[in-house]
Amino acid sequence: MADIFDSYVMAGAWDEMFERPGVPRRQYQALFAALQPLGAHELRTRAEQLARMFTDRGVTFDYAGVERPFPLDLIPRVIDAAEWDLVTRGVRQRIRALEAFLDDVYSARQVFHDGVVPWRLLHSSPHYHRVAHGWRPPNGVRVHVGGTDLIRDEDGVLHVLEDNVRTPSGVSYVLENRLAMTRTLPTLFSEQYVRPVEEYPARLLAALRGAAPAGVADPTVVLLTPGVYNAAYFEHALLARLMGVELVEGRDLVCENNRLYMITTYGRRPVHVVYRRVDDDFLDPLHFRGDSVLGCPGIVNAARAGNVTIANGVGNGVADDKLVYTYVPDLIDYYLGEAPLLPNVETYRLDDPDICDHVLAAAAELVLKPVDGAGGKGIVIGPVATPEQLAAVREAVREDPRGWIAQRPVLLSTSPTLVGERPAPRHIDLRPFAVNDGDDVWLLPGGLTRVALPEGELVVNSSRGGGSKDTWVLGEPGAPASISAAAAAVPATAGAAQWSPSRTAAWEGEQ
Amino acid sequence: MTRPLLSRIAETLYWIGRYVERADDTARLLDVSVHRMLDEPETSGSLYAVLGLSPAAPASPQAVIRRLAYDVDEPASIASSITSARDSARGVREVLSSEVWECLNVTWHHLSGLESRPPHAYLAFVRERAALFFGLADATMSRDDCWRFIVLGRSLERVDMTTRLLAVHLAGDRRLLLQASGADESFTRTHGARDGEVLEFLLLDRLFPRSVVYSLLTAEKCLRALAPDTTRAGVADEAQAAIGRVRAGLEYADLNELRDRLPELLGALQEACAAAGEAITKRFFQRREAMAWVGA
Repeated sequence: MADIFDSYVMAGAWDEMFERPGVPRRQYQALFAALQPLGAHELRTRAEQLARMFTDRGVTFDYAGVERPFPLDLIPRVIDAAEWDLVTRGVRQRIRALEAFLDDVYSARQVFHDGVVPWRLLHSSPHYHRVAHGWRPPNGVRVHVGGTDLIRDEDGVLHVLEDNVRTPSGVSYVLENRLAMTRTLPTLFSEQYVRPVEEYPARLLAALRGAAPAGVADPTVVLLTPGVYNAAYFEHALLARLMGVELVEGRDLVCENNRLYMITTYGRRPVHVVYRRVDDDFLDPLHFRGDSVLGCPGIVNAARAGNVTIANGVGNGVADDKLVYTYVPDLIDYYLGEAPLLPNVETYRLDDPDICDHVLAAAAELVLKPVDGAGGKGIVIGPVATPEQLAAVREAVREDPRGWIAQRPVLLSTSPTLVGERPAPRHIDLRPFAVNDGDDVWLLPGGLTRVALPEGELVVNSSRGGGSKDTWVLGEPGAPASISAAAAAVPATAGAAQWSPSRTAAWEGEQ
Repeated sequence: MTRPLLSRIAETLYWIGRYVERADDTARLLDVSVHRMLDEPETSGSLYAVLGLSPAAPASPQAVIRRLAYDVDEPASIASSITSARDSARGVREVLSSEVWECLNVTWHHLSGLESRPPHAYLAFVRERAALFFGLADATMSRDDCWRFIVLGRSLERVDMTTRLLAVHLAGDRRLLLQASGADESFTRTHGARDGEVLEFLLLDRLFPRSVVYSLLTAEKCLRALAPDTTRAGVADEAQAAIGRVRAGLEYADLNELRDRLPELLGALQEACAAAGEAITKRFFQRREAMAWVGA
């Protein structure tokens, strides 16, 4: 039988699976051996099964008002235990630094007084909210959930591409991908221990309960969604169901006397913690956009009065501004006294006129990004941009240097991805998810690997024809088999409302 | 201890129950009517009238099927009901079991692909999927308020649609009526091959689950569990009162007069369903008042 990887031609970028043609890296050896005997036809069949499962289960994202399935590639991405250890420590370090920064921004602002970060950065940030000043959340946590995007460069080194500490999304695909893969290709999992992911909802719920206002023994947690037309609605519904909490919309909530209630068939019921997936701008028409119908009037005052916790915190956007990103290594040193474990991508700030001129001259060799853009919006990749695009972006940068950064273009690593009948190299990135419960920052083993499906596409995003891959973190030898781990996790999910974190040695073993 | 249910979710569940039952009943109604239309083309007019649609000139069976089954722009069509049920379910996925949600989602995905098949295959598919939906809801959902709102919606819709079915086919073949209600075999086992008791069976039978009285009793049971009555006399809940009154009227009706009083009874049933629907909306489905800025 023809080997399905025979015709695989590496793309010139760092390949995640192959060291050189035909020779898989150590962490991929078992997977390679399991995939190799499958013929092209078998692969196609399994891929169709996967796709149908996603359509039937309604695993979709909304793009431009249309529900689309989020394609899952058959070939997983594998991360070995040692590298995952680095990612865990690196992301944890970043989240801790950003938490410290946010705490500082909304209280003493020492970091500005000490000249580590310039004042103008604060005053020009559209996501700095005065209403959050002096408002310290009950257990001090503002980044309950963080998503740090990582990419691997040509030399195989992981870099941080951006931080997301507002409402990072995508975790539902991690959970669904694993479920679909274990159902479609169970044999792949039998050869080695893959760390399970289904612990996430219980961890998240524990963190949310831990963030409840003081004196509330049994807090009511809700998930606030903008509604079914939101791109991530599928995720909101899944998380609410897995956590066993109500999925509410703004119209289900009402504030009275600085307390928050939901409207039920038996009248109003108090709410203590809101895991909101609604942006600051739409959260409360009294403080932010007055025309918003997605939020609840009065919720910010109720939170400021200490009667309800909003997760993630209001005003977090000041910390994941892409211009602040360039200062994160300094923030890690300033707040934690540590050296960054995961480097940034080489980035230029354009608020210095000299640098700005250099960058404008060299725009064709650089990547230009709006500091505020999410989902690859507005990014111009110099080497592949048309002269018109370059002219337009030069104009935009000259107009608002604060609104842009420039980066060295990184040729993202590739991973074999099923295109038609055969695997072909496609560029990928990685978004690990971190949950901060106030005592510890826990990382979901793996995270979301996104694939840019069009050949050569370097912006990895679902709205640009992206897909995803199941992401495997290999465990230590001798760790329990994934099947029994999955079985053990069932009660945690089913009884999620009662789950409380154990802070024992097992927890430390996660590192 | 049942957990309070968001009003928005309760309302959505109630309507999911109604939409799925409506798709099922419309499929049954169409299936038997199409046969009759071949002989009596004017049936299409009474069919439209009974579904509350603007009366059209007598249409071909194909046109009727197209409008009442496939046409997503026709609110009364099966395709619309399934789409509404599925879209509603999408908004309350977290309270439905994933099997129930998948059932509706798969039904919706498959429906448009079936239009090229014979109408009977399409209608049979809809009936089977509706049965699967309610079966899965029964098998995988707790008997809490979520489930009760689905069953309540289904029961009221069933009363409504059985009443309409009777109104269209009053003068027609009694066996078709029985087939449309899936009651053919059950009736024959109970009453033998006579068709004198068909009306009695569809309206008053206490054991057959698609009879009007059975559905009214089910709706009452749901309402009693949702809103237990604590008063010593009378019934405070308006929905319970409306349903209870019409149910008692039916149960104690003189069987010999049943046939003559039928139009009056069917009218009373329609009114009671409408009144109960309004009362349920008022009591359980409150909304936050719309807010607006006042002043300069």
